[in-house]
Amino acid sequence: MRILRFLLKKEYLQIFRNKGMLPILFVLPVIQLAVLSFAATYELKQVQFAVIDFDQSQMSHELVQKLQASGRFKLEATYHSTDTALEDMKAGKIKMLLTVSQDFEKHMKTGKEASIQITIDAVDGSTAGLIQSYSSSIISDFNAEKLGELAIAGSAIVSPKSINIIPSNWYNPDLDYITFMVPGILVVLISMIGLFLSGMNIVREYEIGTIEQLNVTPIQKSHFMLAKLIPFWTIGMFDLCIGLLLARFGFQIPFLGSLFTILAIAGIYLVVIQLMGLLISTVTHTQQQAMFIAWFLIVIFILMGGLFTPIESMPQWAQNLTLANPVSYFIKIMRMVLLKGAGWQEIYKMVIVLFGMGILFLGISLNRYKKTSS
Amino acid sequence: MGAFRGFVIKEFKQIYRDKRTLVVLFGMPVIMLLLFGFAIRNEVTNVKVGVLDASKDLVTQQLIQKINASDAFQVTAILSSYDEITEVFKAGEIKEIIVFEPSFGRKIERTGSADIQLITDATDPNLANIVQSYTSNIIRSYVKEINDNGASQSMGIQPRIKLMYNPELASVNLFVPGLIAVILMLVSALMTSISITREKEMGNMEILLVSPLKPIHIILGKVLPYLALSVINVVVILVLAKFVFHVPFQGSHAQFFFESILFILTALSLGLLISSATNSQQTAMMISLAGLLLPTVLLSGFIFPIDSMPFPLQIISNIIPAKWYLIIVRGIMLKGAGIFILWKETAILLGTTLILIALSLKKFKVRLQ
Repeated sequence: MRILRFLLKKEYLQIFRNKGMLPILFVLPVIQLAVLSFAATYELKQVQFAVIDFDQSQMSHELVQKLQASGRFKLEATYHSTDTALEDMKAGKIKMLLTVSQDFEKHMKTGKEASIQITIDAVDGSTAGLIQSYSSSIISDFNAEKLGELAIAGSAIVSPKSINIIPSNWYNPDLDYITFMVPGILVVLISMIGLFLSGMNIVREYEIGTIEQLNVTPIQKSHFMLAKLIPFWTIGMFDLCIGLLLARFGFQIPFLGSLFTILAIAGIYLVVIQLMGLLISTVTHTQQQAMFIAWFLIVIFILMGGLFTPIESMPQWAQNLTLANPVSYFIKIMRMVLLKGAGWQEIYKMVIVLFGMGILFLGISLNRYKKTSS
Repeated sequence: MGAFRGFVIKEFKQIYRDKRTLVVLFGMPVIMLLLFGFAIRNEVTNVKVGVLDASKDLVTQQLIQKINASDAFQVTAILSSYDEITEVFKAGEIKEIIVFEPSFGRKIERTGSADIQLITDATDPNLANIVQSYTSNIIRSYVKEINDNGASQSMGIQPRIKLMYNPELASVNLFVPGLIAVILMLVSALMTSISITREKEMGNMEILLVSPLKPIHIILGKVLPYLALSVINVVVILVLAKFVFHVPFQGSHAQFFFESILFILTALSLGLLISSATNSQQTAMMISLAGLLLPTVLLSGFIFPIDSMPFPLQIISNIIPAKWYLIIVRGIMLKGAGIFILWKETAILLGTTLILIALSLKKFKVRLQ
């Protein structure tokens, strides 16, 4: 036990003496959480659109006005030729082009098909999808409204049947992305600290050659590993707490579930991530190699962890892969507990899986780390 | 010049002898592109939904069947009361509950309209949005069907929607260029920053500095092998994008190649700057990984559209080189834009590279403290 204490003291001293590292450990994650959480949003701001109106009727003007009045669309220009409009779309000046064909109003009034064309810059597929669905719903409202008026006016038009769709969004009525993203980004940040640093720290001893010195000392394998893992565990937990404070009081994220559950699971999770770092360090010889593998894994974990794009949108094989992704479990747990108030009942299976992963990583790395030099 | 050649050869050999790193370097981008290219999408499949059907008549049965039949949804639960919704959502499997009002079919028949409530689990706002608009589309097309049955001819506004550049709205077309940017940025910046700080940490820098090599030669020698590696990566990624993902390629390949090399240079010089400002591999890596990863992914427009971000972040995004490269690549690949449209972005990348190189040369210390 005494040896462990001394080793720990040495590790802490080493960490806190490296002045270049301190801001990276304590300031960078907080700043990233505070700033980047705002970036992760699909919310559609005002869309710049343009109009080519071959009809120039009252009804076509009303339609354009209706689009603008929704607050989602901003009229940027009116064109007279399609070519110039498309040129501007290519350059990225407008995102949507509304073309109203001749006799639009006349066809409406006589109960014929009144055609308009909506051209959308679909390079960004998700934005284009939103533009499409917003513009279609505005236009179909406009259509229903006009047809209703015309039906009352007593022409040959019969009002069609309809189903009213009433959307309601639980847990997050305003579809606010911040609430959703902050817990997830926090998980990523502490995972990076846990994985990168604990992996690197041991390989470093190999690379510099000091591992030989450690091997000939009476220090036990387990003491050595504990001394390497504990400092970054405490740092990770510390960062998590700051992050949670920021989430609660800075971002006003509701904590519906129990904070104790979160902290307890975070403790387990960090150990799992660190053990994975340990495992990486036993299969590599230089920090460069270790970093590459760690980086490779973390990018996969982040992009396939359901943080930014929903897991439900992945093909089945990829959804199955996420079952081996510890980051996705913790992100899910954080969101469920914080945002929905889920308790032990709903999450215990995931915690067991995390436990299993931890034991697996520990077993393999204990098996691979030898106190003899090869 | 002879010394410089020798140095470059040494660097190449050192990299090519480290088989593990090589495997990672070449294998990683390929695996990542394949994995993400197929997996990261925004269109949903097989989302589990529940139904709370108080009327259980022909119309609701037809609608439920239609929803279940679509690729996007899978009706996995039939609820019998409102109170069950909370429980179902807490368990987390089911993302949407479709609630039909009582005597739904009869109401449509008599009054011409009836209500459907779509309750989504909006903890994931993006998914909630997608799920809701998919369901609405199915319902709308059903309504259109029953209306068209009676009327002989359609009336009212018939919008025709044309999606330019990416008609299937395939996320692959959007994400592949983004992946290229992220992979190149991180690999290049990480590699250079590590390789130089490594010399410092091992104490070899001293030897290099007293050798007849000029500092600029040392830097060039360190950067050249990685430039070569990255160029090979670009080619591999491009081949994959074209032949595996069938991402359209409207513009010129030569231009794409030239812009990619420019972007690699930007990333390499960023790595240089990091390495000249730090002394240990650990610090260099943490800056180039923990510091660059999230900003590159989030602020470049790779996943989240820059237009959607709050204004201050849109400004900050301008300093992310990947943003400009992404605009260029998407422009070339999807829109077939030439240099006349993309000159501004190219100039920005070029300027950034020059500034970064100047800064790192200035910071590169010829003497040890």
